[in-house]
Amino acid sequence: MTDVREGRVLPVTDLSLVVLVGASGSGKSTFARRHFKPTEIISSDFCRGLVSDDENDQSATKDAFDVLHYIAGKRLAAGRRTVVDATSVQSDARRQLIDLARQYDVLPIAIVLDVPENVCAERNAARTDRADMPRRVIQRHIRELRRSLRHLEREGFRKVHVLRGVEDVEHATVVTEKRFNDLTHLTGPFDIIGDIHGCSAELESLLVKLGYSDGVHPEGRTAVFVGDLVDRGPDSPGVLRRVMAMVKSGNALCVPGNHENKYGRYLRGRKVQHTHGLAETIEQMAGESEEFAAEVREFIDGLVSHYVLDGGRLVVCHAGLPERYHGRTSGRVRSHALYGDTTGETDEFGLPVRYPWAEEYRGRAAVVYGHTPVPEATWLNNTICLDTGAVFGGKLTALRWPERELVDVPAERVWYEPAKPLRAEAPGGRDGRPLDLADVHGRRVVETRHQGRISIREENAAAALEVMSRFAVDPRLLPYLPPTMAPTATSHVDGYLEHPAEAFAQYAADGVARVVCEEKHMGSRAVALVCRDAETARKRFGVDGPTGSLYTRTGRPFLDDDSLTEEILDRLRTAIDEAGLWDHLAASNSASGAGDWLLFDAELMPWSLKASGLLRSQYAAVGAASGAVFPGALAALEGAAARGVDVIGLLSRTRERSADAAAFTEAYRRYCWTTDGLDGVRLAPFQILAVQGRSLAALPHDEQLALLDRLVEHDGSGLLQTTRRLYVDTGDPESVRAGVDWWLEMTGRGGEGMVVKPVGALVRDAQGRLVQPGIKCRGREYLRIIYGPEYTRPENLARLRSRFLNHKRSLAIREYALGLEALDRLAEGEPLWRVHEAVFGVLALESEPVDPRL
Amino acid sequence: MFLTITTTGTPERPATELGFLLHKHPEKAQAFSTSYGTAHVLYPEADAERCTAALLLEVDAVALVRRGKGKGRGGAPDAALAQYVNDRPYAASSLLAVALSGVFSSAMKGVCNARPELPAVPRPLRIAVPALPARGGPGLVRRLFEPLGWTVTAEPVPLDTEFPQWGDSRYVRLELESADRTLVEALRHLYVLLPVLDDAKHYWVSSDEVDKLLRAGEGWLPGHPEQKLITSRYLSRRWSLTRQATERLELVRLAEADDSEVEEIDNAVEAETETEERPTPLAVQRREAITAALKASGAARVLDLGCGQGQLVQALLKDPAFTEIVGLDVSMRALTIASRRLKLDRMGERQAARVKLLQGSLAYTDHRLKGYDAAVLSEVIEHLDLPRLPALEYAVFGAARPRTVLVTTPNVEYNVRWESLPAGHVRHGDHRFEWTRAEFRAWAEAVAERHGYEAEFIPVGPDDPEVGPPTQMAVFTQTTPKEAKAA
Repeated sequence: MTDVREGRVLPVTDLSLVVLVGASGSGKSTFARRHFKPTEIISSDFCRGLVSDDENDQSATKDAFDVLHYIAGKRLAAGRRTVVDATSVQSDARRQLIDLARQYDVLPIAIVLDVPENVCAERNAARTDRADMPRRVIQRHIRELRRSLRHLEREGFRKVHVLRGVEDVEHATVVTEKRFNDLTHLTGPFDIIGDIHGCSAELESLLVKLGYSDGVHPEGRTAVFVGDLVDRGPDSPGVLRRVMAMVKSGNALCVPGNHENKYGRYLRGRKVQHTHGLAETIEQMAGESEEFAAEVREFIDGLVSHYVLDGGRLVVCHAGLPERYHGRTSGRVRSHALYGDTTGETDEFGLPVRYPWAEEYRGRAAVVYGHTPVPEATWLNNTICLDTGAVFGGKLTALRWPERELVDVPAERVWYEPAKPLRAEAPGGRDGRPLDLADVHGRRVVETRHQGRISIREENAAAALEVMSRFAVDPRLLPYLPPTMAPTATSHVDGYLEHPAEAFAQYAADGVARVVCEEKHMGSRAVALVCRDAETARKRFGVDGPTGSLYTRTGRPFLDDDSLTEEILDRLRTAIDEAGLWDHLAASNSASGAGDWLLFDAELMPWSLKASGLLRSQYAAVGAASGAVFPGALAALEGAAARGVDVIGLLSRTRERSADAAAFTEAYRRYCWTTDGLDGVRLAPFQILAVQGRSLAALPHDEQLALLDRLVEHDGSGLLQTTRRLYVDTGDPESVRAGVDWWLEMTGRGGEGMVVKPVGALVRDAQGRLVQPGIKCRGREYLRIIYGPEYTRPENLARLRSRFLNHKRSLAIREYALGLEALDRLAEGEPLWRVHEAVFGVLALESEPVDPRL
Repeated sequence: MFLTITTTGTPERPATELGFLLHKHPEKAQAFSTSYGTAHVLYPEADAERCTAALLLEVDAVALVRRGKGKGRGGAPDAALAQYVNDRPYAASSLLAVALSGVFSSAMKGVCNARPELPAVPRPLRIAVPALPARGGPGLVRRLFEPLGWTVTAEPVPLDTEFPQWGDSRYVRLELESADRTLVEALRHLYVLLPVLDDAKHYWVSSDEVDKLLRAGEGWLPGHPEQKLITSRYLSRRWSLTRQATERLELVRLAEADDSEVEEIDNAVEAETETEERPTPLAVQRREAITAALKASGAARVLDLGCGQGQLVQALLKDPAFTEIVGLDVSMRALTIASRRLKLDRMGERQAARVKLLQGSLAYTDHRLKGYDAAVLSEVIEHLDLPRLPALEYAVFGAARPRTVLVTTPNVEYNVRWESLPAGHVRHGDHRFEWTRAEFRAWAEAVAERHGYEAEFIPVGPDDPEVGPPTQMAVFTQTTPKEAKAA
């Protein structure tokens, strides 16, 4: 109905605060509805209604605007464009909205609807709720609006669209514009290059090393410069010429550094101090043509302070940027991008102290920046500084993205003396230490690759915090916690509560054809992190001293004596050496440093080593009490029977109970023996969880066991023990029978039982759901320790069979997914807090209420 | 679950009179159902010379678990998994005491309709309890029964004869003998003292327990040298029972996941100090020293990091100079007790606005702790494993950076002056280390140097010329407001 071609086209940025300005009756709401999504619009009338039940109740105006500002703030914080439908004819009202836009670092945009007074009056008269609005109100609105028009840009609006008259308003169209910094559609691959500072020769060498030929990469890669091209070094014009040409031809992107910014101000004729190497640039540029100088000026003026690239996974800017500033547009965002944040203090060299924003950074996007010279480019919480001080005689560094590989060339010489020595390390130590409480505290949701979002309840996180803080090993050496495991479905075979037939049937139902039965060792769960040496532990895990860790299911050090732990790690390490596993796993892995460390899931025997307190206070206590009471009780009953008193039933029952109690004592004794130092200690590793750069959680169990057999074979110390296993085809009755017999034989001799696992390790069912990674099937005698000495009595078994497994199964899957997540994050070199988040989640879930006997 | 009562007789007073006293015929076996299983009374021997009555309680362990709701569950003194594997079916616990009073209720009242004169007549009695759970061991068993005129044989039962190194169990094989005793007295002694020794009752302690105790203790409990212990254990602590059920479960599960005893993990609050309202003089001196140092620093907004049960927070609240006091602890249990101690829910708004209790951990940086004048770490660092101390150091001195930091810790040199402390032992089971003055000083000075503080050292408690004070305190004062140097 309207002719678009004739109407005005109003560009409106995709993330902005749009303020409609117009008198009552000027058609703001109609305009907003026509051009914006209903959810983008917040009207003051609506908010008035929310707080007072009357959209025209002027006494509610203050509360209504509080609500309006609150909602707008929430939307802007979430990165959503917001349109404010209120008269906004007074500068005071607009100032509050501009402050709001600034607070959330988005562009404030004004759209003015300048409609004649009589049109407004007619429209209001047609509305029952506004019919009695005095004419003078509209007159005042229009007066205020006219007075405002000239000042809107000065007030801070970054775009001002004025629509004069009804026609203009009717025919205008709004087009959404992307922000300049939004290059999410560009996916590279990129080569991000650190601070150059006029080191033209080093730049050329680096470009060659990266594979560029005269500024063009044959594979179509794009160079990205983090700024500080100029000053201090020998040839700033040469650097500018190369970079400008590459940007112009579409082979490069460039963000400005503080040095370009200052030089740009100089070029615009501003008065700036010729310090920090600017004098050198001015002098070098003196030899260049006017034309080139003009191009430089134009280039610098056109630089965008930061870019969001590769679908939002990568942010490049000069001095680093906290997540809340990514993709935002404001003076302070630009300022942070150029200069970083400071604490307001100065150090002993008189230089401003930089605020350690990267230490607190928890964003998902990688932030690649420069600005602060460091000796080595290292990742910290998914951020990396590429300024390796080329001009100070360090090196010029590039980061290949998405490969995350570093490429550098050494400086040819010291071109400029630094004001202070390069800092060795970011504050707080290596790799994201320290962790922040906000990473783990309270109710949380952890995103996992394999099972989506997993929630952690507050009370569980609180308990985990206590255990993690007071008892666990250093979180840097705690990259994984094992998940809980569900038992097999309850058996109805006479005399059994658990029986392997159920486990095989369950996997068959899940579509898993091949399973492996692994003997349970009845030790205690132990996770072992083994580094090649202390230096590797320092390099990979940031710890000084230990060469790894050995910890329990809840992350506690397995042994109190550190030297014993080191001895176990040393024996493992020797076996790994002898078996050639470092090289073997490195060879099957492209990641560099694959042979640096291994992470094992294992059982440590005897059970009594770790659980002696529990054994004494509980299991042995039951044995002691029963052992003390039955002889007397039986003697009394036999005495009464001898006297002809009818106690036959009670006597035989008591004899059975006495036998049950004795069987119980036998059951726990099998898992106890005395140790001295490491004498008598056995370790049975059953899975290699990860190596540097790679999670092995999906490596099929037959391959896992083959590797582990090789390891045990090469252990000369007698520490390591193999895990006996049997492969079963769940669809083949013969094979299933063999599996059952194997279990019967093993548990008949008092064995703890077995774990049945899909050979494929990480398996999904037909619906795409994760299949249980293992199902435990515990021996009949062993279960006395769990369900009590007399659980096998028929009347007890009948009652115990009504047990509920669903929660345990769900818990097992959630913990499994978190464990996998921790391994994946570890493998991908994610920051410590990300690995710790998943590990902490496993610990928290372990405190969820579930039948402890399962 | 089993005990025997034996008496001997003479032609005038045949032993079989026991049957009249107990109201149970010696030639029959009788069964009585109780809430946790079946109680049987039978006589292995019964003639004029000698008569023994046996009480055998068949405990239904599965039902016990389903019904129980006391400490642990089903009255077992251990962790939650213990409810399923516990000693109740075997040990002479409070369950047996309940059965005793149910099955022999007339005898306990001293009523015998057939032979009304019998109950008042003393006779030789021998009581055998082969598996008596006795917290406090044979010594306490003797202290409880001997003053009542019993000849006591109490032998500890070994935990497991195959593992002699495990030592004795908490069970005692008990025999009580007396030449002239009424059965009423004997039964009442057992009724009260079995649960007292067991110290883990299987049912809620309710108000009528007091009446029961008064009734059963009539004539012997007043004046008993251990009256206080008997009363407090018998009545148990209702308060701590309920608390246990609601607050510890998450930690219980984490302990179980590790095959640990819950006490190994849930030990942030010491059992004794819960009821011990009279603090030790050293704790008072420490609080006074801390308060004085805080006042001297001019601090108004103060963090008590590792506030425990809130004693220091409570002391600081009394001084209006402290306008904001934040107590932080990692133990939810400690915080709950602190909150109760401070009566936070009943505090006036103005007072309540001055105090805040937070769960947090110094193993992590915490933005909530920034911007305070002073932080107190009183008896905190020694509860951390040494390798994790740098994280605490950074969280406090690097990230939170209050102007003043007070750290107190035991001076291990002073331990030789504690008479009750065995040589080479730390003062508290959870202390991961205790430092000499030199060690503490070296640590504190290094921390101060790294983070731009100055450390000053103040003795707390009597400053022994040879071994120094029992507690050492470092007062850190920020010298340069600059950021932490590289760690």
